[in-house]
Amino acid sequence: MLSVHEVTTAYQGLVAISAVSIEVEKGEIVCVAGANGAGKSTLLKSIAGAERPRSGTVMLDGARIDGMAQHVITARGIAYVPENRRLFPRLSVRDNLRLGSYMFRSEGDRDQPLALVFKLFPRLSERLEQRAETLSGGEQQMLAIGRALMTRPRLLMLDEPSQGIMPKLVDEIFAAVKRIRDAGMTVLIVEQRMAECLDIADRAYILQTGRLLLQGPAAEIRTNPDVRKAYLGL
Amino acid sequence: MTAETIIQSLASGLLMGLLYGLIAVGLALIFGLMDVVNFAHGEFLMIAMYATFFLFAFFAVDPLLSAPLVAAALFLFGAVVYLLIVRFAVRAKANAGMVQIFSTFGLAIVMRGVAQFFFTPDYRSVTHSWLGGRTVSLGGIFLPVPQLAGAMVAIAAFVGLYFFINRTDFGRALEATREDAGAVALVGIDKNRVFALGWGLGAALVGLAGAIMATFFYIYPDVGASFALIAYVTVALGGFGSVFGAFAGGIIVGLVEATTALILPPSLKSVGIYAVYLLVVFIRPRGLFGSI
Repeated sequence: MLSVHEVTTAYQGLVAISAVSIEVEKGEIVCVAGANGAGKSTLLKSIAGAERPRSGTVMLDGARIDGMAQHVITARGIAYVPENRRLFPRLSVRDNLRLGSYMFRSEGDRDQPLALVFKLFPRLSERLEQRAETLSGGEQQMLAIGRALMTRPRLLMLDEPSQGIMPKLVDEIFAAVKRIRDAGMTVLIVEQRMAECLDIADRAYILQTGRLLLQGPAAEIRTNPDVRKAYLGL
Repeated sequence: MTAETIIQSLASGLLMGLLYGLIAVGLALIFGLMDVVNFAHGEFLMIAMYATFFLFAFFAVDPLLSAPLVAAALFLFGAVVYLLIVRFAVRAKANAGMVQIFSTFGLAIVMRGVAQFFFTPDYRSVTHSWLGGRTVSLGGIFLPVPQLAGAMVAIAAFVGLYFFINRTDFGRALEATREDAGAVALVGIDKNRVFALGWGLGAALVGLAGAIMATFFYIYPDVGASFALIAYVTVALGGFGSVFGAFAGGIIVGLVEATTALILPPSLKSVGIYAVYLLVVFIRPRGLFGSI
């Protein structure tokens, strides 16, 4: 479904990722793991159109999307939840969700994903009138994912969904990711918490200082001795 | 000074204030949306007045009828100014603030120059209109009809704007863009489209004010300058970027101006406005309803 081929992205001459290639098949959960500064966020930004790759191609269902404007890529079915979530802080939870379905005109298209969002994160439905900025870190992450789901994506991309969230909610969010996949979507997730990420993923890639280090089925990566030593602390 | 004179002045001050609010709200809307001050705002008002004048002079269209046309034309003009000038100015990598200021400031000078060249510096006026030159008496207070109509148009525009921002999808997109323009692409919104429509809306509102003002003000290339100055004070007073602040600020400016005129010689009627402005800036720099 998503095919990233030899993508290199640089910020002001500084190369953040170098010739990275990844594949994501329909219905998969794919985890991209690696330490801080490995280029994980840059990879997602390059796919989402938030950064323009210097070279390489990004294909979605066989059509090139690199170089397209970010809002066009969203409209094509890739929902991106960035690291800092980028909610609309002074708007209500309801308005944030409502904005997620801005692209759709019919009420049916707008309400259908809402049921899924409330099923995944019931606490959002209790906080509809609250301003987004008054939510806890975990709830903000739920809202960010909820808003992304409202765009009815085929591919959901999450950047460090566990960041700044208390452990109990992290489990809740990872469980939600599995249910999102079960609802027919594909998920590409970037994480520093590799163990949890590998637990729910089908396949994984490991990035190190901007280059692809390892790739394979999540179960294999998890048992790889080098990975266990370097990343999982085992 | 009788009580009647005071009430009379305050009533006309209130009417003028509502019109000031209408002139200022476009400025506040655009600033709130993208932190850009439109230094050509007065010139937007000027071309709206000329448009009204020419529709009257050539086609005998009454300003009341041409107001929606002028607002629509200004909408297009505002959107085009964003797309052709401001869009590029805000992308400046260095000295962004200066580039923004001089892009709209430069536009103001060009617009004035073009107006001088094509329309000549002569003073024009809409000599007769349905509204012009009439007054109504309300319990002994005489109110000029053009200002009264202007105040009603201003109130209607503010009510309309309130519902537009709070009840429509585009209003919600506008709010989201002013919160975080970099994030709207995440939900598939093109921020440039929102900005262009925001500029269009801001210009349409000042266009509406211009059409009404053409019925009781002389029209000349520099007419925008003094009103723009008042509009900046209004917006700063109400709170930069706050649409409601522009409304309240306009009323305050109108009332203060009328009160000053009662006490001081008429040529000093603006002194009060700037004194109040200074006071607000000292005590509450973000303005009365500003949130930053």
